[in-house]
Amino acid sequence: MLMATLMLGGLGIALGLLLGVAARVFAVEGENPLVKQIESLMPGSQCGQCGFPGCSAAATALVEGEAAINCCPPGGRALVEQLATLLGVSADSAGAAPVPMVASINEAECTGCTRCYRACPTDAVVGANGQIHVILQAACTGCAKCAEACPENCVSLHPEPITLDTWHWSKPQAA
Amino acid sequence: MLKWSGVKGGVHPDTHKDRSAALKIVQASLPDCVILPLRQHAGADAIPLVKPGDSVLKGQLIAAAGTEVSAPVHASTSGRVRKIGPVQAPHPSGLAADAIVIESDGDDRWIDLDMPDDPFSQAPMELAERVARAGIVGMGGAIFPAAVKLKQGARHEIKTVLVNGSECEPYLTTDDRLMRERAEQIVDGARLIQHILRAYRIVIAIEDNKSEAIAAMRAAAEPFGAIEVEVTPTLYPMGSAKQLIQEITGHEVPAEGRSTSVGVLVHNVGTVYAIQQALRFGRPLISRVVTVAGGCIKSPRNVETVIGAPVQHLIDACGGLTDEPAQLLLGGPMMGVTLPSTQVPVIKGATGVLALQRREVSRATESPCIRCARCVQACPMGLLPLEMARRAKVDDLDGADAAGLKDCILCGSCAYVCPSHIPLVQYFQYAMGEQDARKNAARKNDYTRMLMDARNARLEKEVAAKAAAKAAKKSRASSTSESAP
Amino acid sequence: MTPRSSPHAHAGSSVNRIMLDVCLALIPCTSVGFYLFGWPAAYLWLVTCAAAVATEIVCLQLRGRPVNTVLDGSALLTGWLIALTLPPWAPWWIGVGGSLFAIAIGKQLYGGVGMNLFNPAMLARVGLLIAFPLQMTTWIQPLPLAGLTYPDALEGLRITFEPATRIDGYTGATALGELKTALTLKQTAPDILAEHFVWWQSLFGLHAGSLGETSELLVLLGAAWLLWRRIISWEIPVALLLTLAMLATVASIVNPLQQAGPLFHLTSGGVLLGAFFIATDPVTSPISRTAKLLFGAGCAVVIFVVRVWGGFPEAVGFAVLFMNALTPLLDTAFKPRVYGRTHRGKPLPVTHAKVVVNHGRKS
Repeated sequence: MLMATLMLGGLGIALGLLLGVAARVFAVEGENPLVKQIESLMPGSQCGQCGFPGCSAAATALVEGEAAINCCPPGGRALVEQLATLLGVSADSAGAAPVPMVASINEAECTGCTRCYRACPTDAVVGANGQIHVILQAACTGCAKCAEACPENCVSLHPEPITLDTWHWSKPQAA
Repeated sequence: MLKWSGVKGGVHPDTHKDRSAALKIVQASLPDCVILPLRQHAGADAIPLVKPGDSVLKGQLIAAAGTEVSAPVHASTSGRVRKIGPVQAPHPSGLAADAIVIESDGDDRWIDLDMPDDPFSQAPMELAERVARAGIVGMGGAIFPAAVKLKQGARHEIKTVLVNGSECEPYLTTDDRLMRERAEQIVDGARLIQHILRAYRIVIAIEDNKSEAIAAMRAAAEPFGAIEVEVTPTLYPMGSAKQLIQEITGHEVPAEGRSTSVGVLVHNVGTVYAIQQALRFGRPLISRVVTVAGGCIKSPRNVETVIGAPVQHLIDACGGLTDEPAQLLLGGPMMGVTLPSTQVPVIKGATGVLALQRREVSRATESPCIRCARCVQACPMGLLPLEMARRAKVDDLDGADAAGLKDCILCGSCAYVCPSHIPLVQYFQYAMGEQDARKNAARKNDYTRMLMDARNARLEKEVAAKAAAKAAKKSRASSTSESAP
Repeated sequence: MTPRSSPHAHAGSSVNRIMLDVCLALIPCTSVGFYLFGWPAAYLWLVTCAAAVATEIVCLQLRGRPVNTVLDGSALLTGWLIALTLPPWAPWWIGVGGSLFAIAIGKQLYGGVGMNLFNPAMLARVGLLIAFPLQMTTWIQPLPLAGLTYPDALEGLRITFEPATRIDGYTGATALGELKTALTLKQTAPDILAEHFVWWQSLFGLHAGSLGETSELLVLLGAAWLLWRRIISWEIPVALLLTLAMLATVASIVNPLQQAGPLFHLTSGGVLLGAFFIATDPVTSPISRTAKLLFGAGCAVVIFVVRVWGGFPEAVGFAVLFMNALTPLLDTAFKPRVYGRTHRGKPLPVTHAKVVVNHGRKS
């Protein structure tokens, strides 16, 4: 009886010590490396469409489970997949992937005030003072900062148009 | 030669070739207007060289090749450019593609053609360049620019020029008729390709259900030494380059490689004919032979038409429709695509226009897979179609790749035999398209991040420059104030 | 309308047609079974099939799936196969219970047709054998051969549906059971076989056994139909029968007093039915040729081991279930070689390396 108590007690203390040492030796320094990894995947345009102040904050929120993996429209389906793999969740867990949006300028109303192109984080707006501005669709992340900046309300956002180059077969409707 | 390593798998669909194969190729009349899409080939769009309102002549270059892998477009008849812009494309999505629309003046007047000298006395690269200028693409439906293939081939040791006359798709008989009626030109074209590539031999491969074409080609090849006419069994997809090479040479094209890796270059019969026309007569690719067939066509036959003619024009040339078609197809029933309407144009790669009756198309609904493995037996590439579709269904794209998606040639043999009527090919198309879409999204992500970084760097520089200017001003001000007293 | 992808042509095959073909192939041996065992056998068959279809319908309804899926015939086939493995005069609840278990647990719980890991009919058979050993081993002698009078239609009803009916006068043992029992009584195999086993009788089905175990010749006829219609491929049956014959031959050479020899092993019990109709079930058997051959051989090994050393006289059910469990592994391990790739999936070597030819302009 005594022997058994001593043995179990000894075992408990030894293992406890081992765990304590391991916690010290293998402690993760500083911030979660996952945050950095996720941040490097994100578009980095700090557009704020996710509701967090910038991509870094969104990455932290994602790791902490406060943001859904489909929170980033510019990242599209590809980002959702990558995040799902990294965070070990199913890609469909957050519902449908966001549709990437692009902005365009209604040329009839543009006064060429240059506010939108100063607001654009990716330099996707081309134009000069007093000239009509144009948005390069290939460089637009759909962050809507230009729409907020436009005094004429002539910037509109719409889903990326489907062309022959981007169209592909949809999944068959399963029976 | 021992055929121990012939094509594995494959299927035997009903051929439906008799009616159109029995009749001679007929010339279609000139349509009122022709629609010439700027991309009728694999690769980049061609760049228009004309404006709306311009008069053009038949054979005139109206759009130049966009990049190295691209093909120019020529006016297929004389007339006036009505518009350059989006028109409905011959594509299942029904989306628009940029095209040059020419209103025909009815004269069909040729431009002065640059008549070449004897092509056999010219340098191979010179000839390949001529093929490029003629805008010739793979006419069997692959639509890869022929000249790009020739130029790549010229950099390799090519043993065999393989002329593909298998035409394994049901209904289609263009190659069959072309071989029967224009055998000499095809042999001449094959010899020109052999000259360009400095190949050792020419093999013309024809399926054993085309006895007249075989006889015609044998007769035409007789006077020349190194031309063999090989008869292959009738099997779908014998006409796929990889399978044909396997059947004829016994070698497999290495995965992720090209046919040149095994010393073979494959060209379709129609392409060879077009190359011969370009090199002998300087004619660009502005017309082709199209099989118009299917249960709804009054008199199915082969029609030679100018590129860009509306599909409806060809149907009219064959007596029109007898019935509302259940399915309108461009190409054969195994790999062809549905057409959104009969107003879309015939393009360079159009092998056939099929108007099929309800009983000719598969319409059963999908039921669960019973793992019967018929798809595995039918797959000529040795893949696991059931597994690929299962993965694609749950968006496991990497898993689908591992099960063989990256080697899939989309021949449709699997879906043809599937007793559960699972649209396997559509699952594969979906998965491939989704992979592309994700790659594009990731690329755009990288691009916008680069733009962002560039902008931030610029802004920082501006701030720094401003600060520096301010500091300089300040120091100047302080130094002057110091020196003032 | 959403566009449909190619191919637009189809071979015209369907799941219904496949199931129908298998059922057609089963008709000859089943009808001879009815002839040999009379009305009760027919009633049992009817009840078992009906229960399978009814269970399928209920399960589909519960799972919210289109009920017309039942028309694919897979449930009917499962019920039919169960009926073929039962003692022909077994009480009705054996057949119904078997069908219930096979369809509800063996098939629908896994996700329905095509999703089950184990052959449902064999699950049912093995489950019944373990749960109701008495009812599952009460075999009937073939009536015409044993000179017994047929029970009439009404009497047959009583045998199938009234549990207490005495059928002692009709019972007999299967050849496999006879061998097993007699061997424990220290008789030698040749003696036992000389007394109880005539191979041509076995071939024609003139011995006690389940419906599907009796006429091996008609099972082979059905198998020929399946092979000709390309419903099944040759690999699994051939590997199974060859391996079993080989094992039995070797064993009977090594130990002639205890071992029965290949002819006995091949023609008795459910080996032929199992080899052609059950082990070949596409859902639960592997895909590639090598894997199929191994699957068949594996079944044979298990059958042989259980028959010779195990506690049960017959083992086709155990063998099939055991190999079913290995099917995913076999599928992963033996994939067909992909065109242009080695067996390990690496691209084949390039035979014609790039040759830089100097194409000088008019050199």
